[in-house]
Amino acid sequence: MNVRIVTLSIDGRDVGAREGQTILEVAGENGIEIPTMCNLTGLKPIGACRLCVVEVAGSRKLLSACTTGVTEGMQVTTDSERLRNYRRTILEFLFTEGNHTCAVCVSNGKCELQELARKLGMNHVDVPYRYPRRDVDATHPRFVLDHNRCILCTRCVRVCDEIEGAHTWDVMGRGIDSKVITDLHQPWGSSTSCTSCGKCVHVCPTGALFEKGHSVAEMAKRRQFLPYLSTMRGAKE
Amino acid sequence: MANTITIDPVTRIEGHSKITIYMDDQGAVTDARFHVTQFRGFEKFCEGRPFYEMPALTARTCGICPVSHLVASAKACDELMAVRIPETAVKLRKIINLSQLIQSHALSFFHLSSPDLLLGMDADPNSRNILGLLKSHPEAARDGIALRKFGQSVIERLAGKRIHPAWVVPGGVSRPLTAELRDEILEEIPPMLEIAQRSLETFQGLYEGFEREIETFANFPSLFMGLVTDNDNLEHYDGKLRVVDANRNIVHAGIHPASYQEFIAEAVEPDSYLKSPYYRKIGYPDGLYRVGPLARLNVCERCGTPLADEALRTFRRLSPGAVLSSFHYHYARLIEIIYGLEKTRDLLREPDILDAHVRAHAEPNRFEGVGMSEAPRGMLLHHYRIDEQGLISWSNLIIATGHNNLAMNRGITQAAKAFVKGDKLEEGALNRVEAVIRCYDPCLSCSTHAIGQMPLLIELRNGNNVLDRKHRG
Repeated sequence: MNVRIVTLSIDGRDVGAREGQTILEVAGENGIEIPTMCNLTGLKPIGACRLCVVEVAGSRKLLSACTTGVTEGMQVTTDSERLRNYRRTILEFLFTEGNHTCAVCVSNGKCELQELARKLGMNHVDVPYRYPRRDVDATHPRFVLDHNRCILCTRCVRVCDEIEGAHTWDVMGRGIDSKVITDLHQPWGSSTSCTSCGKCVHVCPTGALFEKGHSVAEMAKRRQFLPYLSTMRGAKE
Repeated sequence: MANTITIDPVTRIEGHSKITIYMDDQGAVTDARFHVTQFRGFEKFCEGRPFYEMPALTARTCGICPVSHLVASAKACDELMAVRIPETAVKLRKIINLSQLIQSHALSFFHLSSPDLLLGMDADPNSRNILGLLKSHPEAARDGIALRKFGQSVIERLAGKRIHPAWVVPGGVSRPLTAELRDEILEEIPPMLEIAQRSLETFQGLYEGFEREIETFANFPSLFMGLVTDNDNLEHYDGKLRVVDANRNIVHAGIHPASYQEFIAEAVEPDSYLKSPYYRKIGYPDGLYRVGPLARLNVCERCGTPLADEALRTFRRLSPGAVLSSFHYHYARLIEIIYGLEKTRDLLREPDILDAHVRAHAEPNRFEGVGMSEAPRGMLLHHYRIDEQGLISWSNLIIATGHNNLAMNRGITQAAKAFVKGDKLEEGALNRVEAVIRCYDPCLSCSTHAIGQMPLLIELRNGNNVLDRKHRG
């Protein structure tokens, strides 16, 4: 198989890449860190959270690094005042849209959203909190879904569909009323498609999905299975 | 037109409150009311949360005694799971509960109340605080800081952090104790016991100067309520809830936590967010009872540790029946610090204290659970109901300070009648009214530490006319 090599510049550095790679992949290979949230290696990128937006010379729009392929001669900027402002605002939206009370959360200290806020220096929030009224679904014998902490990254939806093959999860509703559901909006505990494999729980970046029996700050997510399983599945296809 | 004096906010207590003193046309006090002006809403917003979250969630009620809430809440959750938690976990929970008791009592006695006791009720308010104490009585101030630090650091080393640790969980504790930590704490206890005993002696020497305060600081017959062990010793973690009267006659030998509602009812006053629980069989408001260090020493037969028992024997000489003046809460607090240190030492010496099995796991097996324990300020009660998913459908919390609400109101009325006179505000007199509240060390569900810096506005009113106004802070 012939692989075409393209050259591009990221933050002023000339880098080489294989055609078909995304900006995020190439940046990662070259030690350039771009913040992400919905993206998870081993799952198909969807560019939903927009935290990985970058500037590309010649494009007036900001492009998500996880879904934009590299092209010959591309000039990418991953860090600028404008990008930092956008990312910070997106992060603030994520926090204010739900009810993220880190102090009493099972994922406190082990949460990707919390960690990103720390990394991006989110020491206060400028947009008003919405304090929505959201449910908790604890009908599953082993797992709990707390909509208050869900940021709609859809990692659970993708891992269940792409890796486990059960497609228990989906997203219903529109805009700000969207939420993840199991089996056409039936209680998770009554789902007939769920295999109780727990992959969704372990790819969830926050405390929205967690195992029962854990107290505050006790829910560590283990994802070692994901690269292995996605490689196996890729080989099979 | 009758006059009203308002003390707002009350200083050197934990939380926000104010006091209103009502006077008749002759300038004599007719009534005084203690208003808690902050609202928290924990019982309501916990609804819908998984019961497993409750210890950490309710611990956020307070930054001073989060451990007390962890313990009472975890006990209620144990009931929901219907498990008997490992014996070692019980002992470890007892140790952290006692550490909480020691640090909180040290805060109350040394940081908040000892300025009144050592510098005098009429001392200049600008120096009548822990900083003033550091200048005039550096040893007492340092002793207090050392005791509090000991309690806090035991909590930190056992549970990971000083404030709002998450180590106490439904079913036990999350990590066992290590031999190194046990030995470390055991080594630290003897000097702390010296401090505690030295402080008790100093306090006993101060008595003569406070005869009027002892006589009028909420000194009245009432019921007392507190936990005792099966052999009637002082107890803070588990046991039966005993009620005694002013003569120390047993009114009820042992209320089971699950049946507390048969004995305790709750009233709501229109002028305060703090509930007013009362003893149901006597009714409201006469069914007033007191909880906390004074009540615990009045209900128990003995402490169960040698030095504390020796101190308790001297304490009993104050009165043939129950010790009634709330001024003696301070005294009781110092005895409990000695007990807490001795008991911690005894527990750490237990052969199974290092056992690795410290947590029971279970799904919810009951729909209702009550957890009762002794917080520094008195009996603390967490009562939860859950649905089939294990989500909280209803909760009731009775915080120690609430139990004492009716007693505090009666106490400030008594002190105001004794010390507040005429239409001129005497700073020392108003400080005494506040000091009655401080005897109870009320924790108004908040982590506000006001060490004399909080502004205090007191107004003496005749209708809309302000007769006198004082500002301090």
